Amino acid sequence: MVKWTEEERRIVRGVWEKVDIDEIGAELWARALIVYPWIERYFGSFGDIFTTTAILNNPKLAALGKVVLSALDTAVKNIDNFKAMYASLSRQHYEKIKVDPDNFRLLAECITITIACKLRAELSPQVQATWQKFLSAVVEAMSSQYKLKKKKKKKSRPDQTWRKFSIE
Amino acid sequence: MLSKKEKKLIKEIWERLTPVAEDIGSEALLRMFASYPGTKTYFSHLDISPGSAHLCSHGKKIVLAIAEGAKDISQLTVTLAPLQTLHAYQLRIDPTNFKLLSHCMLVTLACYLGSEFTPVAHAAMDKFLSAFAAVLSEKYR
Repeated sequence: MVKWTEEERRIVRGVWEKVDIDEIGAELWARALIVYPWIERYFGSFGDIFTTTAILNNPKLAALGKVVLSALDTAVKNIDNFKAMYASLSRQHYEKIKVDPDNFRLLAECITITIACKLRAELSPQVQATWQKFLSAVVEAMSSQYKLKKKKKKKSRPDQTWRKFSIE
Repeated sequence: MLSKKEKKLIKEIWERLTPVAEDIGSEALLRMFASYPGTKTYFSHLDISPGSAHLCSHGKKIVLAIAEGAKDISQLTVTLAPLQTLHAYQLRIDPTNFKLLSHCMLVTLACYLGSEFTPVAHAAMDKFLSAFAAVLSEKYR
């Protein structure tokens, strides 16, 4: 379990307070798709994402960015126990969407850089380090359900045959 | 693979950063030491506290080497030949650390350039720094 000092909690909240979910959300996936184009494989139903202009103006990507940041808001507000809250999200990404979990790390890097462009000098080296510690915990929570399901062991029943014959 | 447009963009950005090489380089190093404390193990012989002479001169050296590589990206192997030898046979820095410094360099550039560090500029710079790191570690084995 990740442990947080009061100072670290204050820093994470401080960064998050300055994030405009509409503004950053809109840019987030555009940056990820332009910098890491192979992510396109997960966006078959998002329409035109094949040129820089199309990516930057795609409303579905902007909407998805806000969804991601809303989930991040949950993590900021529940920094001590969001791993359990993220379990169903992790399972969904593993079993239904089938996302390579390395993409969580790539998106986290894009989130940091998008925020850096906005916050500039306010994202000092120490603030960056704490913010990245938080995002690493989020990435770990998103990867937590990427495991084989344990097969349920069949309960062995005792042999009842001898009892049936003894009554007679 | 970098397009002609991307090579031109990268060359322009590093030309702009050359006069502030010390600031950019020392900030990137400080970010790396704060986020990835294991990287400090390579600098036990230097004073890497914020604002120290060692940190500033080392940061400047790194940025000027990157800027030199950016002038003619197609000649990276020739330009970096002496640094390849230095890193492979003397410094022997684990090449995974190049990725960590590259990421911190990108964050430094984002903070310095703000909205000018567009997704297109980010992509080009990430590709260039990856290529730079790959060439730097070519002589490792």
